[in-house]
Amino acid sequence: MSIEIRHIKKNFGDFKALDDVSLDIDSGELIALLGPSGCGKTTLLRIIAGLETADQGTIAFSGEDATHVHVRERRVGFVFQHYALFRHMTVFENVAFGLRVKPRGTRPDDAQIALKVHALLNLVQLDWLADRYPAQLSGGQRQRIALARALAVEPKVLLLDEPFGALDAKVRKELRRWLRRLHDELSVTTIFVTHDQEEALEVSDRVVVMNHGAVEQVGAPQQVWEAPATAFVYGFLGDVNQFKGQVSAGQMRIGSKKQQVFLPSPDYMQSDALPAVAYVRPYDFDVRRYSPDDEGIVAHLERAVVVGPIARMELRAPVEGGLAGAQLIEAQIPASLFHQEAFTEGETLVLAPRRARVFAGAAQAGFARP
Amino acid sequence: MRKVLPGFGITLGFTLTYLSLIVLIPLSALLFKTMSFTWEQFEAAVTSARVVASYRLTFGASLLAALVNVVFGLLVAWVLVRYEFFGKKLIDALVDLPFALPTAVAGISLTALLASNGWVGQIFESWGIQLAFNPTGVVIALIFIGLPFVVRTVQPVLEDTEKELEEAAACLGATRWQTFARVILPAITPALLTGFALAFARAIGEYGSVIFIAGNMPMVSEITPLLIVSKLEQYDVPGATSIAVVMLAISFSLLLLINALQAWQRARSGSPA
Amino acid sequence: MSALIAPSARSRSPGGTQEPKWVRVCLIAVALAFIALFLVLPLAAVLTEALRNGVHAYREALREPDAVSAIRLTVITALIAVPLNLVFGVAAAWAIAKYEFHGKAFLTTLVDLPFSVSPVVAGLIYVLLFGAQGWFGPWLQAHDIKIIFAVPGIVLATVFVTFPFIARELIPLMQSQGNDEEQAAIVLGATGWQTFWHVTLPNIKWGLFYGVILCNARAMGEFGAVSVVSGHIRGQTNTMPLHVEILYNEYHSAAAFAVASLLALLALVTLAIKSVAEWRQGKILKALGELPPERAGVYAADALTLQPAG
Repeated sequence: MSIEIRHIKKNFGDFKALDDVSLDIDSGELIALLGPSGCGKTTLLRIIAGLETADQGTIAFSGEDATHVHVRERRVGFVFQHYALFRHMTVFENVAFGLRVKPRGTRPDDAQIALKVHALLNLVQLDWLADRYPAQLSGGQRQRIALARALAVEPKVLLLDEPFGALDAKVRKELRRWLRRLHDELSVTTIFVTHDQEEALEVSDRVVVMNHGAVEQVGAPQQVWEAPATAFVYGFLGDVNQFKGQVSAGQMRIGSKKQQVFLPSPDYMQSDALPAVAYVRPYDFDVRRYSPDDEGIVAHLERAVVVGPIARMELRAPVEGGLAGAQLIEAQIPASLFHQEAFTEGETLVLAPRRARVFAGAAQAGFARP
Repeated sequence: MRKVLPGFGITLGFTLTYLSLIVLIPLSALLFKTMSFTWEQFEAAVTSARVVASYRLTFGASLLAALVNVVFGLLVAWVLVRYEFFGKKLIDALVDLPFALPTAVAGISLTALLASNGWVGQIFESWGIQLAFNPTGVVIALIFIGLPFVVRTVQPVLEDTEKELEEAAACLGATRWQTFARVILPAITPALLTGFALAFARAIGEYGSVIFIAGNMPMVSEITPLLIVSKLEQYDVPGATSIAVVMLAISFSLLLLINALQAWQRARSGSPA
Repeated sequence: MSALIAPSARSRSPGGTQEPKWVRVCLIAVALAFIALFLVLPLAAVLTEALRNGVHAYREALREPDAVSAIRLTVITALIAVPLNLVFGVAAAWAIAKYEFHGKAFLTTLVDLPFSVSPVVAGLIYVLLFGAQGWFGPWLQAHDIKIIFAVPGIVLATVFVTFPFIARELIPLMQSQGNDEEQAAIVLGATGWQTFWHVTLPNIKWGLFYGVILCNARAMGEFGAVSVVSGHIRGQTNTMPLHVEILYNEYHSAAAFAVASLLALLALVTLAIKSVAEWRQGKILKALGELPPERAGVYAADALTLQPAG
């Protein structure tokens, strides 16, 4: 089932949780809503479920307006962040609940319910836990039971709120792969909310990056990662260095007067001395020993740590007037190169950006670190 | 705004209707009735010497009883939370006895104990001290009915105080007494004050447990609620109503004070509810 | 009154934050002496005084027709007042604990109001409404309906005095359990009634049970308010506490204590049930602690619509 979200607005008092959000989700897609806390992703998910009501805008399921359909009739499966399992019921009864509360006419009999519940428990590979209570389960098991319970009513859409948020790192990775496989098996339209970029990029078909109640970018993981549409997305996905400067006629100048770098910025061909910010990923630098006529940013190597195949370097670029207020730059180069060049802490180096993205004017706003 | 959980309209509607019928409309009858008196009538009723003497007794005894309960209530709560001893569960359960025991039963029982021929009374009688049928008896009865309030408000807060705070204080060189006075006591002050206010409010309105033991001598050991009853029995409805309005105003102010104290406590502990 | 949500005292390991032994022993001794003097002794006095003239006199005092009718009236009053306040308590707790609305804090204060009103004043307000000189007095007289100095007045005064008990027990309990389980049930297609019956009620049943028991104890034991509206007509409008008063004032001390001992037993049973209920509800809450509810801060809605209007 496809979902069409049109111009959704939602305020909590003076706080704009969602500001004119529109989104199309295709049938059978696995979508990640990604953003920092407070960006409105959970609110959007709850509005899709019918647990919150939008102030304005419409939601349609497969073209049919569902804006005013009660959550009970929407046929969505919702997995709560902390699972919201019924504490006083066994695992079996939890999963059976959605079937037991059906109106008398459509309610399956006990045998059918048992069959279905066991099938679902098998699907989540926890059939042996049927008689346990939620308190007796591990976090990962609770998560899967919550999913089984949501699937019992054969939802047309599956919604998950921070599905892996409360789990430790190892279980998280495992469940991530498992969710992906499960989705491919069931191919039910699935939306999940996360603040973890790795999770979003790894699991989903498409990522929706949100900030301050608005959608910043929608795209396939690769596309969002390679070509961030806004400064915010650039900053939110992975580590990045920022350099302030001015852009003139499609060229942005950064660095000191003596040693400067020009970065091509084709988006701003007509600009003249427009304030801009350049974003450079740590691994997009060429790092060389200092020589006076080399083109690049001059910086002192303060610290270098080799972790596995990568050397992480922290450098400080003195600005005019000495080291006070010197900018910290992070750079990463292959460990082999680091050893080969034998850089030592305290040395002066030159950083030449291989790739940079320039945002000028209004577009430079909204940068945030995750 | 549409709510996800159903039943908001019907439950709130029923709550408001029932509240109005049982509590608000009858209470407003009291105010309307009072408004039909002249100011002179009202003033005469609430400031006659006998009534003023009853205020003095009611407030004085309630204040004293609440203060005693703050000290001993804190002590009981402390002992119940911090120490292990035989019969602790039983004592813990027993603390609520004044909530559950009908006030008339408490009244006659305390009277039987404290009268000059009672178990406790005769001991004090031999020292020349009378416990019953005078203001002392009133205070004792009010201590009894107010006891659970301080214990039950302080106990959960004491349970929630972080042990780390005390350990930090000890590491910084504080003595046990300093730790108590400077770390624990400030943390439980809002709860103590709430418990004090609750016990005080309850004591001011108390009737059943007091009238048996007070002796009810006009000007000496007559509490304000009793005056309302006796005026009513003499068909002095305006007199009874006027005094009742004063009592109601005091109760309501205390209720607001208690709410403010509880809000303070919630802000202090940083947790909702 | 929300004692049920307090976790039972946890034991603390001795160490740098423990008082010296003699201090501990002294504090425990003083606390126990205080409890013994103010709680145990009065209770013991009731039972001994009741049996002062022997078991036979005790039984006779309870069999006497006026005593029997007082017991009957007390039971009838409780049977009407408690269910009324039960329905109110559940409805009020549902509205207050599960939703955010303007004026919620003020409404909660109003629910508490009968706690702080003197029982005597509580009785008086019904006299002012339904008494001979009251608002509805003439109309009631014309239609020959008696409320004051009759059973309806006693029931009304009792309902007023025990009004907040069940609501007060349930509101903090339902608030602490959050809304997630209910929301999950609704998403799975349950109706409101199914949600309450299958999801909410099992989680609050012990708190609810205790609220009912406490409400019942107070309903049966109410003295001040009932005293004002009853008229003390023997065999007709006398409840047990009023009967105790009459016997006591007429110097039938042993008989008074015999009836009082029944009320004291009721109080003890109430305390025992409370302990059990507290323990059972504590277990449910512990399970809740292991499965934490959605953090309140997740939905700005909760924080921002909470501003009290009153």
